[in-house]
Amino acid sequence: MRSMIYLATALCVLGLAFWAYRVNYDTQSKRDDLRTLEREIASLQEGLGVLKAEWAYLNRPDRLRELVNLNFTDLGLMPLQSTQFATPAQIPFPPPPGVTPQEEDAERVDVLASNDRGL
Amino acid sequence: MIRTPLRPLARILDARAKGENPDQIERENIRIRSEATRDRQRARAEGRLLLMGLLFVGAFTVVGLRMGTLAASEPVEPRMAVASKIHAQRADITDREGRVLATNLVTHALYAQPPMMVDPVGTVNKLIKVFPDLDHDRLMKDFTGGRKFVWIKKKISPEQMQAVHDIGEPGLLFGPREMRLYPNGRLAAHILGGTRFGAEGVSSAEILGVAGVEKQFDTWLRDPENEGAPLKLSIDMSVQAALEEILDGGMKLMNAKGATAVIMEAHTGQIVAMASLPDFDPNKRPRPMVTGDASDSPLFNRAVQGLYELGSTFKIFAVAQALEMGLVTPTTMVNSQSPMRVGRFRIRDFHNYGARLSVTDVIMHSSNVGTAHIVNMFGPAAQKDFLGKLGFLKPTSVELIEAETGKPQLPPRWGDVSAMTIGYGHGIAASPLHLAAAYATIANGGVRVEPTLLAGVNKGNGPRVMRDDVARKALAMMRVVVTRGTASFGDVKGYEVGGKTGSADKVKPTGGYYKDKVIATFAGVFPISDPKYVIVLTLDEPSDNSGNIPRRTAGWTAVPVAAEVIRRTAPLLGLRPHAPAMTMAGISLAGKE
Repeated sequence: MRSMIYLATALCVLGLAFWAYRVNYDTQSKRDDLRTLEREIASLQEGLGVLKAEWAYLNRPDRLRELVNLNFTDLGLMPLQSTQFATPAQIPFPPPPGVTPQEEDAERVDVLASNDRGL
Repeated sequence: MIRTPLRPLARILDARAKGENPDQIERENIRIRSEATRDRQRARAEGRLLLMGLLFVGAFTVVGLRMGTLAASEPVEPRMAVASKIHAQRADITDREGRVLATNLVTHALYAQPPMMVDPVGTVNKLIKVFPDLDHDRLMKDFTGGRKFVWIKKKISPEQMQAVHDIGEPGLLFGPREMRLYPNGRLAAHILGGTRFGAEGVSSAEILGVAGVEKQFDTWLRDPENEGAPLKLSIDMSVQAALEEILDGGMKLMNAKGATAVIMEAHTGQIVAMASLPDFDPNKRPRPMVTGDASDSPLFNRAVQGLYELGSTFKIFAVAQALEMGLVTPTTMVNSQSPMRVGRFRIRDFHNYGARLSVTDVIMHSSNVGTAHIVNMFGPAAQKDFLGKLGFLKPTSVELIEAETGKPQLPPRWGDVSAMTIGYGHGIAASPLHLAAAYATIANGGVRVEPTLLAGVNKGNGPRVMRDDVARKALAMMRVVVTRGTASFGDVKGYEVGGKTGSADKVKPTGGYYKDKVIATFAGVFPISDPKYVIVLTLDEPSDNSGNIPRRTAGWTAVPVAAEVIRRTAPLLGLRPHAPAMTMAGISLAGKE
């Protein structure tokens, strides 16, 4: 009986030692992972900063103006003008459901689309 | 403790009875007593020794254990603490919509350690090929002399870095750097200012602001407390770009040598766009000029630092003050007989407008004589007080490091004659931003507005300068100037522009005025019925040469440019044109039709 208790205790100690060993190494590897991730975050942040700067650089008004001029034949973009504002009252109501679209509606869609592009 | 007597009477008597020496009893007692004392002291000393021993054992055990753990643990290098949030060294600057105006870019600095070099002479030749602007002899001296450390370039591009790598010289080394980048180039250059490197080390360098908001907010921008939050300016990038484009075109068209413009929200004082030409690229900020006039330098911010006699744009203040004090109404007739004699001075008008004009017509025709008569009604002291309330006696409070230098120039003696000339904007020199803030005050219903460059700040709740009805009457007069008066080119359809022109002869540095050099200014408010924005546009020495004789007055030079600015920027500002009945046919389509 006594030897059984000794054996059980020894096994228990062995098991606990193994568990502690594993937890220890797990923690260390997790910490390494964390460090790698932090480094990665830092480098990605840096990359993000570069991309943001590049985006701002590519969207600078000077360049956009040049591009608009270069592509004028295709896009025909002009500066926004005061005549491009409309009020909701100027847009016809959609037809009641079931009615086939008429010419009026085609015009309405056109105005909407143009406002989308203009604003 | 009860002390035992040394000579107890009972025993003494007993001994005497037996014929013994009683002194023996006393000696015996003294001996017993001293033995007891000795025992007590020994016990105490032993206790102390034991305590000391234990303390030493404890201390040595702790030291020993610590040494044991140190000896048994894995050695690791100390690591830099990684902050929970990683952010750049200097915060970004954005416009009101969050579009980037200034940011940081990681780059590298190139330095050399000559003692580590394999082939210094060959390296110099190869470096010159990569960087043609380097000085050959200087490098040769640095590399072959006794120097141990040489900075070569403060900022290099990735391509240049690769080229230097390809040289394969171990003595050439790179230090990481953050550099300030202004992706929009010249846009809003005077507002942003610029930066330079401060203290430099191998692994990093300080970035310090040198001008504009970069300097004004230097501490804030570098404060890690903000966790990388950007500095949000009230500037709108698209409006700023449109303003700069039109101002540049207008300046060239009108043959002006400089130009400046401010667009400000009338109720909050937020500056939406502010430009000064000629300008510069803050990425390559030029050095300040050491010779000549500082105001000719591209670094000079005309809107804030430029002090000009702004001419007739001041007349509205004289009239507003007379209205406020109840001295006149818009229909009161005043003397306008030109020329007017004051002592040895003569005040004349551009044309003779007859003997009498109504107050509205004085503003509409921009009559100097009429304004002088109005100023005479209240005199210099009241005028100084009123202009002070409008902010003309102090530098503007705008958040630019240069604002302090824009301190208005006032006459040394503010007498009756000075008061009359100041009434029509001569004899007092202020910056266009001063004028914009004062016009915004009128547009804000007479409540003082101060200019600001920060988004979301309301500086339009100062003390009341004039009554609301006075401000409305002044605005109505400004509208008349545009519909029937000197600023007729400024009537932008749908935006109800009101304003006042001003053409002031430039002051000669030697004294007196130039005959053929003017400062042409238009100060306007739109839309008049519900003022939203104030615009001040000033051209330096403009001359419209399209006619037979050069035309220099603001109505021919500054006003058309300002009108174009309003035409382009008002839609960008989201202002709906004020038109009574628009039909489908009135709407034009954006893009290709």
